[in-house]
Amino acid sequence: MTAVIQATPLITAKNLWKKYGNNVVLERMNISVNAGEFITMVGTSGCGKSTFLKMLLGMEEPTSGELLLDEKPIPNEPDQSRGIVFQQYSVFPHLTVLENVILAREFEHSPLIGKLFGGRKQKVVDEAKALLDSVGLTPAINKYPHELSGGMKQRLAIAQALIRQPRILLLDEPFGALDPGIRADMHELILKLWREHKLTVFMVTHDLSEGFYLGTRLWVFDKLRRDPHSPEAYGANITYDLPVTRKTTEIPAEIKAAEIAL
Amino acid sequence: MKRLINLTPSKPVRWLLGILPFALIILIYIVASDARLLENATDKLLPSFGQMGETLHSYALEPSKRTGEYLFWVDTYSSLKRLLLGITIAALLGFTFGLLTGAIPVFHAPVSPLVTVISLVPPMALLPILFIVFGLDELSKVALIVIGVAPCIARDIQRSAGEIPQEQIIKAQTLGASSLQVLLRVYIPQLSPRLIGSIRLTLGSGWLFLIAAEAIASTDGLGYRIFLVRRYMSMDVILPYVAWITLLAFIIDWLLLKTSQKCFTWHHQGAH
Repeated sequence: MTAVIQATPLITAKNLWKKYGNNVVLERMNISVNAGEFITMVGTSGCGKSTFLKMLLGMEEPTSGELLLDEKPIPNEPDQSRGIVFQQYSVFPHLTVLENVILAREFEHSPLIGKLFGGRKQKVVDEAKALLDSVGLTPAINKYPHELSGGMKQRLAIAQALIRQPRILLLDEPFGALDPGIRADMHELILKLWREHKLTVFMVTHDLSEGFYLGTRLWVFDKLRRDPHSPEAYGANITYDLPVTRKTTEIPAEIKAAEIAL
Repeated sequence: MKRLINLTPSKPVRWLLGILPFALIILIYIVASDARLLENATDKLLPSFGQMGETLHSYALEPSKRTGEYLFWVDTYSSLKRLLLGITIAALLGFTFGLLTGAIPVFHAPVSPLVTVISLVPPMALLPILFIVFGLDELSKVALIVIGVAPCIARDIQRSAGEIPQEQIIKAQTLGASSLQVLLRVYIPQLSPRLIGSIRLTLGSGWLFLIAAEAIASTDGLGYRIFLVRRYMSMDVILPYVAWITLLAFIIDWLLLKTSQKCFTWHHQGAH
């Protein structure tokens, strides 16, 4: 895929800080992400990568500095411009697979009660069926989430997140709980959807080789400064920002060293 | 020989063991009743099943000599009407407040402490106030049930609303949902089976408040009747009435469970 070169970056962080009281989580972050990039984020627990994802989502606000979407401050609550897939609890247990996917269109076309009937429903059902087919869930459309395997649940969560065509897809360790074989299938699926839907993806992962395999750009979050007597005094930043040009699981030596620290 | 904790009775044995205590109680009653009646044929404390049957027959199938009403059915109708009305209003109020306090922080702040305090007031202590304010008619009895049950349901629903994973609420917002849409499509459907569960748990106290209110001020109702005939030591009325109340409670509970299983299959198959 050739990345669409935009005149302005999609996401920009300018001297971004995030603190909870005296606990500095992120400090001095300066980044710029173009549309179409696939960013994978790795780092130790508590190094701020999930906090950064939450800021992209709008659940957390920067303590200081700016986080911009299209050069405007990112909305401070979640909305349909940024889709999300969590590791679990991403789908609605009281709705069938099909209902889970059409829900977003129902919210859109039925502003008051969020439910469609008759012909208007049929139209979104057809659209949802096509999307479900592209993630391989056609045989399961009338099942409830508790009847699905972990991998199928995540396929559903992805389809659900994509139906309103968000520009940005946020993935919070979406495949962390899956078996290795299933995970490989999911990797192919997410790459396919990323190309087809022209998404910009931010993905948090604990699996470094997954990060290298999927991403076009890999970020390692870590603390540059440490005070052993006051571990909360300094926040993390992106210590490695690596363009991943080769689709390989071969890992550079300096990252190998970082992985040992992970 | 397996350990005791690993022994599981087969299905027919389970049934048999389940029936056994009931059979024993009935047997002990019959023996004791026979012994007392043999001593004194006018004994009222442990009437025979025959005597209870006769009394029930006259209450249920013969019009009362004084009013011409079938007392058993009039009592049942009055009590059920009060109970169902009270529980329905309590469920609607409790659900609304529980939903709003559980889902909307701005609503939670001013309302939740109030609901907690109200739920701690012993409802029976309020009964005199209800009689003074609403009079001795139906309203005060229904109000007692509502006051006794609604806060419990509200607190239960509020807790259940808090247990819905935050991920789902965020997900709904990323799908473009408004606050109202989140309430209607995420909270309410997932809390509905919880409401039925909550009603099933509070029905016991619903009956308690009903019978208490009827015992104190009423002219009909199951609770009124058993407290009325207590003056004459009419155990032949009281015992069948108590059995009937128990049966009604069981049927209502069973109907609620079946309704929930039919309407919310996903909930009963372990999806939360």
